[in-house]
Amino acid sequence: MKNYNVPDKSGKYGIYGGQFVPETLIGALESLEQVYLKLKNDKNFLEKLNELQSEYNGRPTPLTFANRLTEYYGRAKIYLKREDLCHTGAHKLNNALGQILLSKYLGKERIIAETGAGQHGVATATVCAKFGMQCVVYMGEEDIERQKPNVFRMKLLGAEVRPVSSGSKTLKDATNEAIRDWVTNVKNTHYIIGSVVGPHPYPMIVRDFQSIIGIETRAQILSKENRLPDYIIACVGGGSNAIGIFYPFLNDESVKLIGVEAAGEGLDTNKHCATLTLGTPGIFQGMYTYLIQSEEGQISEVHSISAGLDYPGVGPEHSYLKDKSRVEYGAVTDQEALKAVDLLTRLEGILPALESAHAIAYLEKMIETTDKDDIIIINLSGRGDKDLATLINHSGNKL
Amino acid sequence: MKIKNTINTIINNNKKALAIFLTAGFPNKNKFIDYVKATLDGGADILEIGIPFSDPLADGPVIQKSSTLALKENFRMKDIFNYIEEIRKYSDIPPILMGYANPINKYDKEKFLIDAANCGVEGLIVPDIPLEEYDFFFPAEKHNLEIILLTTPTSSSERIKAIDKKSEGFVYCVSVTGTTGADKKFDDYTMEHLRRTYSLITKNKMMIGFGIGKPEDIRKFYDYSNGFIVGSRIIKSILEGIEPDGISNTVALFKNACN
Repeated sequence: MKNYNVPDKSGKYGIYGGQFVPETLIGALESLEQVYLKLKNDKNFLEKLNELQSEYNGRPTPLTFANRLTEYYGRAKIYLKREDLCHTGAHKLNNALGQILLSKYLGKERIIAETGAGQHGVATATVCAKFGMQCVVYMGEEDIERQKPNVFRMKLLGAEVRPVSSGSKTLKDATNEAIRDWVTNVKNTHYIIGSVVGPHPYPMIVRDFQSIIGIETRAQILSKENRLPDYIIACVGGGSNAIGIFYPFLNDESVKLIGVEAAGEGLDTNKHCATLTLGTPGIFQGMYTYLIQSEEGQISEVHSISAGLDYPGVGPEHSYLKDKSRVEYGAVTDQEALKAVDLLTRLEGILPALESAHAIAYLEKMIETTDKDDIIIINLSGRGDKDLATLINHSGNKL
Repeated sequence: MKIKNTINTIINNNKKALAIFLTAGFPNKNKFIDYVKATLDGGADILEIGIPFSDPLADGPVIQKSSTLALKENFRMKDIFNYIEEIRKYSDIPPILMGYANPINKYDKEKFLIDAANCGVEGLIVPDIPLEEYDFFFPAEKHNLEIILLTTPTSSSERIKAIDKKSEGFVYCVSVTGTTGADKKFDDYTMEHLRRTYSLITKNKMMIGFGIGKPEDIRKFYDYSNGFIVGSRIIKSILEGIEPDGISNTVALFKNACN
């Protein structure tokens, strides 16, 4: 794409995005946008953020050549962008650090967040500890069950974890509850949304904070290979790690971008969350975007083994990129993702998060079309320590 | 103009208008109509019927629960139109629909306005369509229904004026920041916000909703509104198993406070 420049002034990505929220929130969204647009080019703000990213978050993260995985397939060279090495174990901290700084400029004293896998909850609880802010994290009861270590981590960090028992008891319901909290306490509260979803300006702000992944990747691959990659693969739930690595490459037509959704128990079942693959556009949680919904416009209960991908919507910019055919979206099942966890752990000594394992698993579907001269970069968005309980259950073993 | 005229007639008699909210298809398909009739018998001037949605962002736990139950009872969008036809046979009071954007959009929003008007709906409230998305959602210059917009305590004076200009039927003034529910705490700021909003709204009449849980609330805000909307308080009673007769009595108490 040439001169890629979205969203427009009204927060739209083509027809997607927007601000489909109750009137109560409009004022808060306006001040958030104003403050952000002022700060995004402010030297002082950027210096502070850069310092936190390097001294606290551990950036830049490495771009690791996966030699044994490359040998295993015998096709393209495979590199891994190591967001699993970020402080707290996933790319989520990139955004949380940016937003906690914003909240200071907004003069808010209380932070709320939603979380699915718990990675964004942990990242938010972490920055709240670091900045001395009150923190409330909403999390679905089902996710609390399958991501227990992260629940304990959040509590250790001083956050209050509020269980959500409505609907499917997962990420979408946690997000509803966080929005309701924000509608109620908007005067003193900043809502740190964890993905490129929700009403404008959130999808833009989260994208910008996450695009550090792609900016680093670009410099690193140019220095290692002296050229751009042929493929970049990332998993997509809400889509923040994917947008983060894709964004700086959108104008480079030669780089093929692939987003991998969760096919759950299969695309032919109703237990998946392949929103872009099988969904239709609609209005949900503040945005116009692809959704998994019924014929009556009710939002469906979706499924993925990975709590971070278990979401019936997707960031509006992904909807736009799908319609423009700039990014290709595919899906892999729970079983394929589990196999990819094994493969990467045994071949590279890296335990990926179940979310990131979806990106790894997609190699099976495309690597045969590549040859030895090609370069693939996979965004390894997080590490899998949090998934041990799920992995143990599925292996039939016991600790 | 039906809603506007209804409110004007009440105001001209030195009274306040009373709107009662019920969730369509709740507690089930048959009983819903009994509760509608009870509400009307109790003296409601306007009926606000909520369209159940899986993810009602602006609603507190009580209305969420009613929505979930209605969906479990297999509520379908087409039921709304049957209900309205039945209600219009029973009474002449104007029904308003309150529905989230997605089910209406999925039904086909242009067709929805036509079908709703054809069966006797007079007004529509879509809580997740603020001014910013109004033109996207209601692109036509004239609508078949009166589209009612909301103000909240966080709306600037400029916005309140813009909302008044665009809103039809009345302006729905949300009493406090938050979701629907009868457990709201009103403070000095609430009073100041209501007074300010009431003074800024000139084209329309203003109805206060969210948190009106007892007749005393109506008396407290009596001088700063043209009417009141009661929702969660009624739904909560139905959830507790109160029969239509009891609901009728409750509505009458609220109605009494409006006189």
